[in-house]
Amino acid sequence: MNTSGFFVTGDPMIYGADVSIVLVSVAIIFYLTYFKKWGWLWREWITTVDHKRIGIMYLIASLLMLFRGGVDAILMRLQLAIPNAHFLESEHYNEIFTTHGTIMILFMAMPFMFALFNMVVPLQIGARDVAYPALNAISFWLFFLGAMLFNLSFVIGGSPDAGWLSYPPLSENQFSPGPGQNFWIWGVQISGIGSLATGINFVVTILKMRAPGMRLRDMPLFTWSVMASSIAILGVFPILTVSLIMLTIDRLFGGHFFTMTAGGNPMMWVNLIWMWGHPEVYIVVLPAFGVFSEVVATFAKKRIFGYGSMVFSMIAISVVSYYTWVHHFFTMGAGADVNIVFAICTMIIAIPTGVKVFNWLFTLYRGRITVTQPLLWFYAMIPCFLVGGSTGVMLAAAPADYQYHNSYFLIAHFHQVLIGGVVFGYLAGMYYWWPKVFGFKLNDKLGKWAFWLWQIGFYVCFMPQYALGFMGMTRRIYTYNQTMGWDMGWAPLNFISTIGAFLMGAGFVFQAWQIIYSIKHGERDVTGDAWNGRTLEWSIPSPPPAYNFAILPTIKGRDSWWYQKQEMQNGTYKQEPVKYEPIHMPKNTGVPFIMSCFFFVAGFGFTFEWFWMGIIGLIGVAITLFVRSFQYDTDYYITVEEIERTEKALRNNASVQRTAN
Amino acid sequence: MRKGIQFAKYSILALLGMVLLSGCDKSQFIVLDPKGPVAQQQLELIIISAVLCAIIILPVIGIFIYITVRYRDKPDNKAPYQPEWDDSRLLEVVWWGIPIIIVAVLGFFTAKTTLALTKPPVKDVKPIVVQVTSMDWKWMFTYPDKKIATVNYAEIPAGVPVQFILTSDAPMNSFWIPQLGGQEYTMPGMSMGLWLQADKTGNYFGSGANFTGKGFAHMQFKVKAVTQADFDKWADQVKKNSPALTTAGYKDLSKPGLSKELSFSSYPSGLFETIVNKNGGKYYDHMNHMGDSMNMSGMNMSGMNMSGMDMSGMDMKSQNK
Repeated sequence: MNTSGFFVTGDPMIYGADVSIVLVSVAIIFYLTYFKKWGWLWREWITTVDHKRIGIMYLIASLLMLFRGGVDAILMRLQLAIPNAHFLESEHYNEIFTTHGTIMILFMAMPFMFALFNMVVPLQIGARDVAYPALNAISFWLFFLGAMLFNLSFVIGGSPDAGWLSYPPLSENQFSPGPGQNFWIWGVQISGIGSLATGINFVVTILKMRAPGMRLRDMPLFTWSVMASSIAILGVFPILTVSLIMLTIDRLFGGHFFTMTAGGNPMMWVNLIWMWGHPEVYIVVLPAFGVFSEVVATFAKKRIFGYGSMVFSMIAISVVSYYTWVHHFFTMGAGADVNIVFAICTMIIAIPTGVKVFNWLFTLYRGRITVTQPLLWFYAMIPCFLVGGSTGVMLAAAPADYQYHNSYFLIAHFHQVLIGGVVFGYLAGMYYWWPKVFGFKLNDKLGKWAFWLWQIGFYVCFMPQYALGFMGMTRRIYTYNQTMGWDMGWAPLNFISTIGAFLMGAGFVFQAWQIIYSIKHGERDVTGDAWNGRTLEWSIPSPPPAYNFAILPTIKGRDSWWYQKQEMQNGTYKQEPVKYEPIHMPKNTGVPFIMSCFFFVAGFGFTFEWFWMGIIGLIGVAITLFVRSFQYDTDYYITVEEIERTEKALRNNASVQRTAN
Repeated sequence: MRKGIQFAKYSILALLGMVLLSGCDKSQFIVLDPKGPVAQQQLELIIISAVLCAIIILPVIGIFIYITVRYRDKPDNKAPYQPEWDDSRLLEVVWWGIPIIIVAVLGFFTAKTTLALTKPPVKDVKPIVVQVTSMDWKWMFTYPDKKIATVNYAEIPAGVPVQFILTSDAPMNSFWIPQLGGQEYTMPGMSMGLWLQADKTGNYFGSGANFTGKGFAHMQFKVKAVTQADFDKWADQVKKNSPALTTAGYKDLSKPGLSKELSFSSYPSGLFETIVNKNGGKYYDHMNHMGDSMNMSGMNMSGMNMSGMDMSGMDMKSQNK
């Protein structure tokens, strides 16, 4: 392979990025060295297997990726703001929408979701960690290094530019030569393996690690949503892995699975990738539904309405989601009968989703609603998701889809469900569990500024895009009004849409400011129960100690912490005598990080078709696996004295903070 | 803060109003301004689905606003508070039932329209066939019965059903003329059918809808619907005045790049079939899918049989002599 173009050159924005990447790296290295933090970084974070810390790392990574994906979005909107713009060239624009889509779904939504999984699920079910803590660390590092490999394409080798799902034959060597497309394959492949492992981990954790007495039907709805989502992960991520391997064989070894010639069948890729891709969007939205269920019940101070119905609808969504993939290509001529079946299956998904909305509303009905930041994001979701879901039903009507497909109507629809459902949901979750994980609340005033900027920005950005769809504007065009002399009147609405994108960007800036401000000035949570919560995670201090629960709670039913608090108020609660026992905990390990680094090396090697390097990386992976399987010293006990000391300190610390405030 | 929220609410309304006003010119919303029976049927389905969705959304948003206002936690709020009330068989039946009915109704109309669109829009007029090839980054139209070819524009007779047969000699694209009807993918190695028809004469905007790389944004084309007489006259003119498309000429044309509108008085015999076959078509027994693999009545009308791509191309020629 010709490597003269190893570093991406020729664009001032890329040089700017090069300089800032170097500066930030130097600053980080300087900081770590000067303050002697390398050991701390290694011991406390890189080798950690603690689900809470892994959750925090996921959260940081996903917010960084939200920033990167957001910058991509702003660049695209700048290019489209006026007709015939020359801000970005065609190929640069194509790279940007490809990375925007890939990053937002795989490197923003997925890790944000895993952040919530990790931060919350073990605490909600009264467990001390996930079922496989080391595997959990492997999942994180595979995701992180996969994401970094993908992002590297920005400055080395060139970014992929065949769309976020890389339809062949465009994504084959014939039309996309060079490392860009390989970066996409290996970045997604490596992080996808991590996602699959997380799915396995949480299914087992939820089934096997619940506190004594907690039946499945006592589980909080967020935990149920994680269960539904993880089951879907188990079903579909193997399809992604295999599809990517097939595309790799095509690109690296001259295969013909999806090529134009020699019997390759590009449509097979489209089927396979959407068999993964469609359930994938339900995988990311289900936990958001779970978050809303927790938030609504807590701030309405009322039991969740229709619990059974809620659980059933989530499982129904995760099952029916396997049978809708063809609606992404009704217009590929599968035939009327096939189209009708998949159209109706797609519409059926709307039924359980609609039922969830009704149940949330009736949880609020006859409640006592305190409007807080998490609830605000729920309020924002209702109209947004209703409209987005409805346009989804409209898209599901196959013949009508012939007119929406690949148009801005579609773009507006999926941004409305993915932002209105997924992002609003995850943000609600972030605000809701932030005090649990970090011990302080995020500032209200800055949060409201961020909230309203997001809301206004969202509608200003995406409502015009529905109209643009009706005006015949197709997605992924880098310019308009340039050829053939057509003036379709797209300019004004595109301009308005760009304004909206900037407003959302401003909302994100406020959130970043809010987090930084609150680290110093946020309201400290001294009770461990910042919102008067209902579920187990609120019964322990914030942030929780490494072992979460000094004594594993015994569960008597749903919302057990809420009823325990009531008993404590009535005076009917009988405090069991405190008797600590040594706690069995997993030891930190560097293997997950080292193994993921080898994966990175392998991915980088195959990306540049340097097979020696790829094989070295894979050998490294095998060796680390081998080493890990002979590690016997993987666990330890926390002594009773240490538990006593920690619990006492947590109580003292709380009282110190109470006086400080 | 309260003022800020008020301001924010009003600015949302103002901006939404602006969006609506700025889009007042109805003729710009080409999907909502159909000029042919296919687009007309699709528009009807769009309207039915939008109305059915509105039946759900509007009341739910009303209920949502009512509940959030009435049950706020304020000291003087007299509204009932029932923290333990968490189930109602009747309500569950209602909100499982209503969406099921709506989906059933919409499913019925969807199935009906899907089946209807697999057939030619009018039965009593003999359809014409136009073969469409998407290339990097241009559109080629070949007219098997007139033996002429065009690039980046097509002429069709108004009031006559047109069977577009689609393939690609490049990454897959999608063939879309919003005012005549919805799109269909063009895929290498496959040939797929799409019925469209223009009721009135006029120039219609067409574009490639599926991303194909660098020149994709420039893949727009013009569809000129003219009277049958004008159409025949135009074909004769092209036949007389335009250069021929040779095999070498096609090779040049298929190189990646943009192109002007071009006309050709002839093209190599069986060009379209060759394109389909060289891109893998020979591996599959492709029919010209009209969106319905079971009901082939539409097929027979255009005089094709279903025994595979090579055959159908031949038949077309013999039938249209």
